[in-house]
Amino acid sequence: MSRFSSGTLQRTGWLAAVGSIALMLPLQGALADAIGGEVERQPLNIAAIVMFLLFVAATLYITWWASKRSRTASDYYAAGGRITGFQNGLAIAGDFMSAASFLGISALVFASGYDGLIYSMGFLVGWPIIMFLIAERLRNLGRYTFADVASYRLKKRPIRTLSAFGSLSVVALYLIAQIVGAGKLIQLLFGLDYIVAVVIVGVLMVCYVLFGGMLATTWVQMIKAALLLFGATFMALMVLWHVGFSVEHLFSEAARVHPDDEAIMTPGGLVSDPISAISLGLALMFGTAGLPHILMRFFTVGDAKEARKSVFVATGFIGYFYILTFIIGFGAILLVSTNPAFKDAAGAIIGGNNMVAVHLADAVGGSLFLGFISAVAFATILAVVAGLTLAGASAVSHDLYAGVLKRDQADEAKEVMVSKGAVLVLGIVAIWLGILFESQNIAFMVGLAFSIAASCNFPVLLLAMYWRRLTTRGALWGGAMGLATAIGLMILGPTIWVQVLGHAEPIYPYDYPALFSMAVAFLGIYVFSVTDKSRAAEEERALFEPQFVRSQTGLGASGSTSH
Amino acid sequence: MSSLDHDDAYRRIASNPNFQALVHRRGRFALTLTAIMMGLYFAFILLIAFAPQVLGIPVADGAMTTWGIVIGIGLILAAIILTGIYVRRANGEFDRLVHQILEEDRQ
Repeated sequence: MSRFSSGTLQRTGWLAAVGSIALMLPLQGALADAIGGEVERQPLNIAAIVMFLLFVAATLYITWWASKRSRTASDYYAAGGRITGFQNGLAIAGDFMSAASFLGISALVFASGYDGLIYSMGFLVGWPIIMFLIAERLRNLGRYTFADVASYRLKKRPIRTLSAFGSLSVVALYLIAQIVGAGKLIQLLFGLDYIVAVVIVGVLMVCYVLFGGMLATTWVQMIKAALLLFGATFMALMVLWHVGFSVEHLFSEAARVHPDDEAIMTPGGLVSDPISAISLGLALMFGTAGLPHILMRFFTVGDAKEARKSVFVATGFIGYFYILTFIIGFGAILLVSTNPAFKDAAGAIIGGNNMVAVHLADAVGGSLFLGFISAVAFATILAVVAGLTLAGASAVSHDLYAGVLKRDQADEAKEVMVSKGAVLVLGIVAIWLGILFESQNIAFMVGLAFSIAASCNFPVLLLAMYWRRLTTRGALWGGAMGLATAIGLMILGPTIWVQVLGHAEPIYPYDYPALFSMAVAFLGIYVFSVTDKSRAAEEERALFEPQFVRSQTGLGASGSTSH
Repeated sequence: MSSLDHDDAYRRIASNPNFQALVHRRGRFALTLTAIMMGLYFAFILLIAFAPQVLGIPVADGAMTTWGIVIGIGLILAAIILTGIYVRRANGEFDRLVHQILEEDRQ
């Protein structure tokens, strides 16, 4: 039986599936039977808990080590700019590959084959764009946050306020989604209470960021990326070994046992609406280039050369990882769907489809490897939320406190204190919201986060670096319009208006707003900039030239030694 | 380290023809690669939306592997390769030119 055959599912399937992947919370549509709503608590998994405790001990030791090396604001926000390009690339991969993409994409491949590949593609294609358009200029112009770059030649206070607002919205949405997903996942994998799981995640992420700053966060992300890549590689190799290292054999065996037969080798109608498809494509492609926790990573390396290297390394690892999840998904069709041990009495996968990668770990590596993969999934969540927390706290301390409140005259030590206070508050709020949202439908959150990033942060950042005639008025109006359009259309669209608020018909018929909200943002920025005849606007345009030279040469860039 | 310390240098470099040539070349290179990546990706999306059956054609008679798989994996590899091409040229040729321009300016 195909879950994708019904008409309504075809319409919302694209959204539902990506929302699910991003969230591990497939509350509707394609993965409706996975980790959604109520999950069944599993028995305590001792091997997994022991391995997870080892990970926690190692990362807390690193946090302690990092805390001794973190003295200045630069250490705290940017690890002193001493991370190498390769390390940063690995950390970016660790920041970006969520447990959701690991479990969610392999689950999607398991359920519908080829479609899984389509989603992973969307998450990858933002990276070349970041490389070609953003990375080197961002590194050359900024210090700690992307607002440094956006406000470089514009009025600091309004632009920092806008950027901080954009950052905090993205961080809040992403963080809630991750925390809720984490709670459910840990309940499933470890047999811990939802609340206990949420509190553990919250406390650990606060510890890493509070005591170890960016240095500890970077190492947590690097270790996580290495563990995840190792685990996924091992699983993919075991799958390939099982089919005699013949991919053709893997596909034909999978098609033979899959209820959809050969249909799993072609796109399965999840993308039937071109406007939604393009809108989502835009959100993923340009949203990645507007995620504050990702952009922040570029300030941890010494110069533009290392920044470029890090994008290449990150793209390589992330692309490799998505190919692995594809093989893992097909492997699960072969080795999990055919094994009654992984099914309940009704013939459904125990724990839902999102558990197939975990069951596959059991099938190819036994209970010890199962424990390892469970621990890796937990570690994966921690690395992502730590990066988000640091980005959110930096928006509060560096942009709002130091930039807006203290007009760039803040005492460095005090600024870091404010940031640490913000980390604590964020941690408490995240735990509280995590508990509050336990059984809410939050599948829209990551989609909304990407749409806001693509419609507010990205246009302002891009044009600040590329367009001479941009003025404060244009950036402010256009950015705010993009933000408002993204949020407004999302609320009026099928995800919130129908699925959350329970109305019969959406007012805005498409799943994703990015196509329209990005257009509104760029148009708004253009119109309000070119019509700005003020003297301040003239000065801002005159400042473009020195900014341009710095962005192209790195002369005067923070942490550079070239002068 | 404030940018004000470099204001004169920025002005001199901005009018340096070598700098202008470099910026022009690097900009065109980056835009070309961006256009290729976006073109490939959105062509793929549109193919899925309008002609998904094309992606279901087997690569050979009787094969289970479809062109969709080849194109999909190919896109992932293309993303990696294109970033690699950019890094190679930017960290080599372009960075040497930047270095030269900065050295010249210092004298």
